[in-house]
Amino acid sequence: MIYNYYPGCTLSTNARALDRTARRCAERLGFPLVELPEWQCCGAVYPQAPDAVGERLGAVRALTAARDNGGTLVALCSACYHVLKRVNDDMAAVYPIRDKINNYLALEKPYHGETKVLHFLEVLRDHVGWNRLASLVTHPLAGRRIGAYYGCMLLRPGKVMALDDPESPAILEDFLRALGATPVVYDMRNECCGSYLAVTNRDYCREMVGRILASARDGGAEELLTACPLCAYNLVHNAAAEQQVPVTYFTELLARALGLATGGDVQ
Amino acid sequence: MQKIGVFVCWCGSNIAATVDVARVVAAAQGIPGVAFAADYRYMCSEQGQQLIADAVRQYGLNRIVVCSCSPRMHEKTFRTCAERCGVNPYQVEIANIREQCAWILKDREQATQKAVALLKAAVAKVQLDTPLQPGESAVVKRALVLGGGIAGIETALDIADAGYPVDIVEKEPSIGGKMAQLDKTFPTLDCSACILTPKMVDAAQHPNIRIFTYSEVEAVRGFVGQFEADIRKKARSVKADICSGCGICTTKCPSRQAGSEFDAGLRKRGAIYIPFAQAIPKVPVIDRAHCLRFQTGKCGVCSLVCPNKAIDYTQQDEIVTEQYGAIVLATGFDLLDLQHFGDLGWGRSKDIITSLQLERLTNAGGPTEGHLVCPSTGRQPKQVVIVSCVGSRDTSGRGKTYCSKICCMYNAKHAMYIREKYPDTDVTVFYIDVRTPGKGFDEFQRRAVEEYGVHYIRGLVGKVDVHRDGTLHLTASDLNSGRQLEMEPDLIVLAAAVTASPDARKVAGLVTASIDNDGFYVEAHPKLRPVESPTAGVFLSGMCQGPKDIPETVSQAGAAAVKAIGLLSKDKLLTNPCTAWCNETVCSGCRSCVQVCPYGAIEAVEKTVVTLEGKKEQRSVAVVNEALCQGCGACTVACPSGAMDLKGFSNQEIMAEVDALCW
Repeated sequence: MIYNYYPGCTLSTNARALDRTARRCAERLGFPLVELPEWQCCGAVYPQAPDAVGERLGAVRALTAARDNGGTLVALCSACYHVLKRVNDDMAAVYPIRDKINNYLALEKPYHGETKVLHFLEVLRDHVGWNRLASLVTHPLAGRRIGAYYGCMLLRPGKVMALDDPESPAILEDFLRALGATPVVYDMRNECCGSYLAVTNRDYCREMVGRILASARDGGAEELLTACPLCAYNLVHNAAAEQQVPVTYFTELLARALGLATGGDVQ
Repeated sequence: MQKIGVFVCWCGSNIAATVDVARVVAAAQGIPGVAFAADYRYMCSEQGQQLIADAVRQYGLNRIVVCSCSPRMHEKTFRTCAERCGVNPYQVEIANIREQCAWILKDREQATQKAVALLKAAVAKVQLDTPLQPGESAVVKRALVLGGGIAGIETALDIADAGYPVDIVEKEPSIGGKMAQLDKTFPTLDCSACILTPKMVDAAQHPNIRIFTYSEVEAVRGFVGQFEADIRKKARSVKADICSGCGICTTKCPSRQAGSEFDAGLRKRGAIYIPFAQAIPKVPVIDRAHCLRFQTGKCGVCSLVCPNKAIDYTQQDEIVTEQYGAIVLATGFDLLDLQHFGDLGWGRSKDIITSLQLERLTNAGGPTEGHLVCPSTGRQPKQVVIVSCVGSRDTSGRGKTYCSKICCMYNAKHAMYIREKYPDTDVTVFYIDVRTPGKGFDEFQRRAVEEYGVHYIRGLVGKVDVHRDGTLHLTASDLNSGRQLEMEPDLIVLAAAVTASPDARKVAGLVTASIDNDGFYVEAHPKLRPVESPTAGVFLSGMCQGPKDIPETVSQAGAAAVKAIGLLSKDKLLTNPCTAWCNETVCSGCRSCVQVCPYGAIEAVEKTVVTLEGKKEQRSVAVVNEALCQGCGACTVACPSGAMDLKGFSNQEIMAEVDALCW
């Protein structure tokens, strides 16, 4: 099986740690990631206009390339995963946008949503399995009380994303348990971090992050883990000084638990 | 000579707006054998049927094709009409040009062509139809009611009062159902137990009623008028005939692991228990999964303390087989499992409860003797929030798309319970819409707002945070003022959606009743036959057909009883003559048909048959019992040698239809 990989723009710039550790872990776990040869920005935000063609093209090009090379596409960034999966759903079912896009791209073989879009976590859960992952851990994260922060892009809308229960998710907690850490479940773990409001309304973003960090602290979390570069940015850069907690990408923890981390990787 | 009449119905504009009926008539007139063809606005009306009768008389018609709605709708109407004018009712064919044509197509040309094709197929079949005569079968004058809640009890009482014996089969240790758990009933606020328990006693003491509690129906055979059911009486581990119901055993049982079903999990019960004080029968049952004696072999306290020596650890399940003429399904409802409602804090705080749990907390017979307290602290709540539509009218996929119908009324009732007893406790109800149609219902809800000062806020709760210290923090939107609200209630009550009983699917399989996607039983007709299942002799009572309140349930229970009584009062039923038959000359005796027959209507019998060469030969051949055969046709498909055929739907007739469609 070929695991086509869509890194996305942020993983090539600000979130290089997420990209690098993921590739190394995937190699160790037996599913090497094959980066798509020519990918472009997914669009970053899923277009709310149902007739927006141009905004969907980047995603469709990646999906089509994956279809023509085995049919599976793995993403890491929550926003990329979100856009790819929802556009894929449009291409599988929604008229007339799927026909418009196919007409525009004039592909040899029209694209009808055939690619299976997977999040890296999904590969861990469904292809590797938590038990096997736990058995490969060489440096368990014992004693660390870690709060998983899901954000919203990874889970919602639940019907389309279908990764986990959007209101009572478990995938990141199961992941933490497999690494030997103690997951902390807290109420605000699936609430929005403020997302791109970081640019236009930073004060509101700070308020939202404040609520999340207060809830995490109330639940007893000593550090946070996320899959999303934008969430990571907000949780770190829009947090009040007295609320600061360490925030890491899940693949960084994974690399450490598998004994793959070198000093520079984990920040 | 064959003289076929073709009658094309407009069905008002249902068919005529999409299908060019005049062209269908013209096409019919061109088919050999068709002696008469006409169209009419409503063929099922008296005038339409008169048109058929007149044509039969005038043209000497002996076969009829009606191009109209689905045969499920009016086949019986037109067969009866044919019989009245001297045409064998089994020489009537329906071409469904409404549901399978006009309603699903938009293009007039396309629809007309399809209507003509369906007409040709029906004419091809009617030419081969042979006259059939229905047989007769007897009716066993006893009814079976599945479920002993208010619906089942009411239906059973009505049938029993009409003079027919009834058996109630209830899977729980007592009859009473969900209504027994309620505190008061809307819109009059009379105590649920005060109106239900006398009915339970009536049922128990009625000479025509037998009650099987802690029992389940395992298999149902036969057909309308002659059902046969196997009822598994699960072992109670208590001898019901000598138990006095004193209850000493239940108080001494050392196992306190199991949550009380009757108290909606708010209290622990012993492994040996009587569900509630007014239970019928008042005989305890041992829950073997939680009993120390059954799990570890040690203990035996109940047996030691029983003054009558009624405990019997060796008791076995018992199967009772009985015959019935009619079956009434009254399997009731359940509440949605709220596991996907983590956003409302479900499962993370003892103070977030369902409405049914609130009923137990306000009921004098409940775990707190009617004192409303927060389960976590045992203290009276000062602020209560009630959330409507938890899983009802839900399009996210975690709940149900329908309205559960009863919640708006019981939310108002619960708010009033609380405000009446604890005027210093604030109650807020969050809602999408308040839906309270019904006699005295809207007035009831308005009383909650106007007289009891309950806060109704339009908008739903977005999030409930459960803090480490146990306090609740709720975020909601007030849609009328466009504000975001934050509250810190002590108790949150979730009005969970009503769902069909989880057993409904299994029971539907037993009696071949249809169920919808949500697990509710389907009616024979949603408007005109609401208490009958499409399966003859099976009737529907109460919530198992869809959400409804107690007054509606009781009305429907009575209606189902009347239908059952109507059936039981007949001495004979006409049987469906469309049964299978075996061409013994070609039957090889392979028994494939015996294996597939779902009704046990076929057996292989050793007999003398005439072979294709005209010689007599002794061998095994299939023989169909016409009284048992329901005409499903499974055997005709399974038969490798083409010996099995179905009257009214012969292989030849079906192939003629296919040919007419293809050529």
